[in-house]
Amino acid sequence: MTNYDIKKDFSILNNQDIVYLDSGATAQKPKQVIEAVNEYYELSNANPHRGAYKLSIKATEVYDEAREKVANFINAKLKDEIVFTRNATESLNLIAYSYGMDKLKKNDKVVLSIMEHHSNLVPWQYVTQKTNSVLEYMYINKDGEITTSEINEKIVPGVKIVGITQVSNVLGTINPIKEIAKRAHEVGAIVIVDASQSVPHFKVDVRELDADFLVFSGHKMLSPLGIGVLYGKMELLKNMRPFLYGGDMIEYVYEQNTTYAPVPTKFEAGTQNVGGAVGLSSAIDYLNNIGMSEVEEIEKELLEYAMKRLSELDFITIYGPKNLQNHSGVISFNVNGVHPHDVSSILDSQNVCIRSGNHCAQPLLRYMGLDSTCRVSFYIYNTKEDIDKLINALLKTKEVFAKWINI
Amino acid sequence: MDNLESIYTDVIMQHSTETYNKKKIDNPTAMEHGHNPSCGDDITLEIKMNNNVIEDLSFTGHGCAISQASTSIMIDLLKGKTKEEALELINIFIRMIKREKISEEELDKLEEARALQNISNMPARVKCAELAWYTMQKLIEK
Repeated sequence: MTNYDIKKDFSILNNQDIVYLDSGATAQKPKQVIEAVNEYYELSNANPHRGAYKLSIKATEVYDEAREKVANFINAKLKDEIVFTRNATESLNLIAYSYGMDKLKKNDKVVLSIMEHHSNLVPWQYVTQKTNSVLEYMYINKDGEITTSEINEKIVPGVKIVGITQVSNVLGTINPIKEIAKRAHEVGAIVIVDASQSVPHFKVDVRELDADFLVFSGHKMLSPLGIGVLYGKMELLKNMRPFLYGGDMIEYVYEQNTTYAPVPTKFEAGTQNVGGAVGLSSAIDYLNNIGMSEVEEIEKELLEYAMKRLSELDFITIYGPKNLQNHSGVISFNVNGVHPHDVSSILDSQNVCIRSGNHCAQPLLRYMGLDSTCRVSFYIYNTKEDIDKLINALLKTKEVFAKWINI
Repeated sequence: MDNLESIYTDVIMQHSTETYNKKKIDNPTAMEHGHNPSCGDDITLEIKMNNNVIEDLSFTGHGCAISQASTSIMIDLLKGKTKEEALELINIFIRMIKREKISEEELDKLEEARALQNISNMPARVKCAELAWYTMQKLIEK
């Protein structure tokens, strides 16, 4: 299947003249996923785990099937190692509160990479402050990569938690997760992988990576908004306290105390987003049908073409790894002398959607000496023509500003 | 395209690239910092009051063409005005950007700042245009 065939499934991209290059923020949804969600609400909707009637049992089954599909997709050992959340941010907060807050002791260390999204950074600031533990960072080299020596220098005895994004949402850097996890385990730390920008784009195997926790959001991988995933090794999940308390996550409730349901229900309080889980399940079917290696191939081709065309423009500065082997389909750049916000407005007037700003990664941009960047991010429905339109819109940007500044 | 040209007008582009208002002033009587966390626009206004009159006003910082131009245009407009006059002009400007009811007479008072009226049609950029004016309001009311 080619990206041209795939694009036909995305009504939003066919019903209007737009070039969508912001899939790193959220992906568009194919009609198969939208139909699956519709069908759920039309045929199977009820509150799971509640009623003894057929419809509720059906909703429970559908929810469970989605869990199994997610487990298989990332090669988890057990279906019950998958906890559904709202999104990666909630998954990371769950880990910070239910694991970090209890396990961290005074002077323990938490090590993050400087390229973490605020979602894998701000919770750790709070938790380390509360527990009097120490927050440290692994920094990047000039190509936006974390080197082996930086890994070995920062992940040392005393470090208890390592938080690392598999792919930078700003630079597109693919981080060496296996190496980081191995090092973390050698010093007795656990590793938390933010896979929000990787799971949608290439095969991720939690056991091959030896990740202790791994999180991602459904909406960046073709599924509806509001459904996310927390994967955790069963031994860890079993020994953690709940995150949210209330209905469904309980076993017996007495006036003064409660016993909790087993994992994963222990972490899923309240009525769950079954419609979202159905959408995620359908998105996984859609991606599996294409094949994750094919998904990767399509994006690699787009990345190479975009890099070639962008580097032909002498008024642009590109950030991130030069080696495209360590580079996912995310490119940050600036039009020299023009603020990214102005660039994205002018591109928008040409119907090209890109992101501008600090991409929820202020510490990374500050470290790089930048205030903000323009970012394009690809997915399976993008084409070379989209990139040509991006280039033309950038030339238009130059034209608008050339009268006023040296560009 | 019409849309684009109504935003990136000569007045706005000129103000966003000229830097005569972008400086520090000697012995400011007060300062105020303004920030748009979503896009990173970040300015500091410095003011020198002489009794009730804005004797000098300047800014430093960084941001997009709209925010930089809006700041510079505002400085040109408010320098030499009294505190009350300045607050009234800020009020008119904010109402213009928010597309609230506004008279032709009031719009005239804004002079060059009228060039920013079309920003009100671009929700994504409204905050860029407003930043300096809200920051100034805080500064005066201090």
